[in-house]
Amino acid sequence: MANKVQTPDAILLHDYISGNESALQILIERHQSKIYGFIYSKIQDRTVCDDIFQDTFIKVIKTLKTKGYSEEGKFLPWVMRIASNLVIDYFRHNKKMPFQRETDEYSIFNFMTDSSLSIENQLIENQVELDVRKIVEQLPDDQKEVIKMRFYEDLSFKEISEITGVSINTALGRMRYAVINLRKIIEKNNIILTN
Amino acid sequence: MAKLYSKKRNSIKEMKPSAATISFILSYSQALKIVKVGKLTFDTLSN
Repeated sequence: MANKVQTPDAILLHDYISGNESALQILIERHQSKIYGFIYSKIQDRTVCDDIFQDTFIKVIKTLKTKGYSEEGKFLPWVMRIASNLVIDYFRHNKKMPFQRETDEYSIFNFMTDSSLSIENQLIENQVELDVRKIVEQLPDDQKEVIKMRFYEDLSFKEISEITGVSINTALGRMRYAVINLRKIIEKNNIILTN
Repeated sequence: MAKLYSKKRNSIKEMKPSAATISFILSYSQALKIVKVGKLTFDTLSN
């Protein structure tokens, strides 16, 4: 198993295209969390997320089997872009606005565990989290997207640039302006973000 | 930013699709055969 984990994506893809079906399973196991997490960050509905995840890999499989894949070494960004397009299609089809967060079903606080904090500190921390999320929501869409992908989804700037279809410098620039704007909003509203 | 307020590692990393979804994808992959005849492409799903 250790050897399989270290096998580069490009080699697994080559194996899969050559007929080794188990290579696909390794690729899915390796990247499922990131891809599914990305979809779930846009659509907080497990059933829809499973459908989009499934449709994403159906497209991946079809493309690979028709030998239409030519981006060796960039498997994850390629799959993420397919997932991103399917998420956009879903919102277009349902005429809903994307980037909805904080529903009864999903809240960032459900996943927070830090038993060492006192109840008071926990409340403060929760409030800080909520404040930050509210502040982020006030940013322009392009800056908000970069902030969320970088800090909430843990994507690299390279991955962000490939998913959003802009250069790395543009993604970096958006992050820079996002941080500047966050500071402006915090100063303007006298928000205290300390615990 | 001096401090990151997000708890991304706790929140996003554990998100995974259902076992049934993965199983479907792998079965689909095994069943799908794509044949090119000239300019035409035929998809066949075998059980």
